[in-house]
Amino acid sequence: MMDILRFATAGSVDDGKSTLIGRLLYDTKTVFQDQIDAVEKVSHDRGDDYVDLALLTDGLRAEREQGITIDVAYRYFATPNRKFIIADTPGHIQYTRNMVTGASTADLALVLVDARKGLVEQSRRHAFLASLLQVPHLVLVVNKMDLVDYSQEVYENIREEFTQFAAKLRVPDLTVMPVSALKGDNVVTRSANMPWYEGPSLLHHLENVHVASDRNLIDVRFPVQYVIRPQSDEWHDYRGYAGQVLGGILKKGDEVIVLPSGYTSKILSVETADGEVDEAYAPMSVTVRLEDEIDVSRGDMICRPNNQPTVAQDIDAMICWMDESAPMRVGAKYSIKHTTRTARTIVKGLQYRLDVNTLHRDEEANELTLNEIGRVRLRTTVPLMADDYSRNRNTGGFVLVDEGTNRTVAAGMITEAS
Amino acid sequence: MNSPAHDYQLSQLDLLEAEAIFIMREVVAEFERPVLLFSGGKDSIVMLKLAEKAFYPARIPFAVMHVDTGHNFDEVLALRDERVAELKVQLIVASVQEAIDSGQVVEPPDGTRNRIQTPVLLDALEKHRFTAIFGGARRDEDKARAKERIFSFRDEFGQWDPKNQRPELWNLYNGRIHTGESIRVFPLSNWTELDIWHYIKREEIELPSIYYAHEREVFDRDGMLFAVHEKKQPKPGEEVFTEMVRYRTVGDASLTAAVRSEADTVDLVIDEVASTRVTERGATRGDDKFSEAAMEDRKREGYF
Repeated sequence: MMDILRFATAGSVDDGKSTLIGRLLYDTKTVFQDQIDAVEKVSHDRGDDYVDLALLTDGLRAEREQGITIDVAYRYFATPNRKFIIADTPGHIQYTRNMVTGASTADLALVLVDARKGLVEQSRRHAFLASLLQVPHLVLVVNKMDLVDYSQEVYENIREEFTQFAAKLRVPDLTVMPVSALKGDNVVTRSANMPWYEGPSLLHHLENVHVASDRNLIDVRFPVQYVIRPQSDEWHDYRGYAGQVLGGILKKGDEVIVLPSGYTSKILSVETADGEVDEAYAPMSVTVRLEDEIDVSRGDMICRPNNQPTVAQDIDAMICWMDESAPMRVGAKYSIKHTTRTARTIVKGLQYRLDVNTLHRDEEANELTLNEIGRVRLRTTVPLMADDYSRNRNTGGFVLVDEGTNRTVAAGMITEAS
Repeated sequence: MNSPAHDYQLSQLDLLEAEAIFIMREVVAEFERPVLLFSGGKDSIVMLKLAEKAFYPARIPFAVMHVDTGHNFDEVLALRDERVAELKVQLIVASVQEAIDSGQVVEPPDGTRNRIQTPVLLDALEKHRFTAIFGGARRDEDKARAKERIFSFRDEFGQWDPKNQRPELWNLYNGRIHTGESIRVFPLSNWTELDIWHYIKREEIELPSIYYAHEREVFDRDGMLFAVHEKKQPKPGEEVFTEMVRYRTVGDASLTAAVRSEADTVDLVIDEVASTRVTERGATRGDDKFSEAAMEDRKREGYF
């Protein structure tokens, strides 16, 4: 059975990220002839000496003209057993906003370093953001090994330094590999130039890393998205709660509690348009019917009586500020979207701003500007059904929206709810 | 959901389907007036299937709209009408021909109508006050699409601003808009052409017959095979011949080219798509060949 791996890549303009992605697409025969023709033409028109594989991933005209990437781009390739979705995030100014966006749905994060330069500030930052967003698998790609004569010593020094740094972060699974994206070493196949490296090629690792076990199958979390009530004679009394399972396993006959009301009932059936299913688990989109007629609407959460999220209006969270037009200030009010529930919230306090390079906490800070990260306390108008982000990324994550401009201004990760 | 439950793993089609259904339900829960753009092409037929599943056993709770260039394949219109009747959804047709006749738009000298679709679309959206518009676009189709959000914010002119997009995290979509603004929604964003075909096979979805190999009178123009059509006649010197062809995309009949193919079943099409070396737009769409940034420019003007 073919499944999906979502991964995010992060890197700066010079570390070869675009070349690496171009190489993965090219070597898995994902790139089509007309795309190669277009890239060849651009390279030729620009007077380049060689066909620049990085051009395969450059998107918009504004970007080509300025030689930068302005946004997250999504790319796709597949091998016989797995489909890959790449969230390709640029490394420059708006790096944090874009990487946080790409990492929020990623199973795996790829961080690139240039073997000649070793770890730089940005590599640490990218690794930190991957851990902040709780991406389950992290791969450090030591690229441009061809430019250091495939030196084992160079590689080992970088690996050692990075492993020590990563120990300070929450990184559940770390893999380090030496690669030359330009020459293709260890990208799709193991390289003969680095016989001392005994690990897999990058593609082999991506194909085999186990992601199903990263999903939460324990805590039942079913936010009601939409109530299906057919206005027809045939389905006169039908009332189904549609939504996407965010955790645990739901089965017919299970006792459930609906939050925040606290009403209890049993699951009458779990259905899709194709019929009843025996079990529903993340991230299936299903319809749940209950035995009792109780008041359930969008924004409510169905879970088990003995395993409930915290029903809370006071939320402690790490926030990444994403808006360039105005900073986050204590006392400001925003719209908050968490699971299928939307409420209003006020920022009660900013405990500290975090320097993502040094991990230093600045407790004197009183605002967060674009790409800054800090720990805040929020108070919401209605209770949220909250889990720690480390327990469940989908019931622990939220966004803030400016009520005037309607822009999405922040991403939040719940650390504590009360 | 056809996968075995015991290992709690979902196949790529189950995952894509679950995501698309979630997106559709989210839109219906949050917007007063959604509409689904339906061309009769394979992606919009898959969209309609997903909408049917998302709200089952209720009817699809929104209308479908066809921006009709007047250059149609008969087989496509027939299937459009059949599906609409079967699902009991309201069909709105926004006619480019009528817009030309009333002087609202001017037909370009070459007779192609892709670019003048945009004002017709925007006009119809405004007239019906639609605030959320489902489109079947996929990110694998084009470089500009690769950077577009699933909920793509459009200003009161329907314009896309690639430098000012809302960050999209987890499965949280921001659908807040002011009066006059709208959101284009792309539930198939993460699907590839091959995923679409695998899904068509799995769900046994009927497509217009022109998607499968058949004999047709064609002529060759700039390396692309065009069917002889009332709106697309060969120029002097362009020889007409009979060829086994099929269509990979179905759009305006005057712009969409056929490809040589023997694939007359869904399995053969899957084999063909899996081994092809040309993107579907590159092979078949005259409209995207005009410039490398053709799609980007059209989107900025309000196109899908």
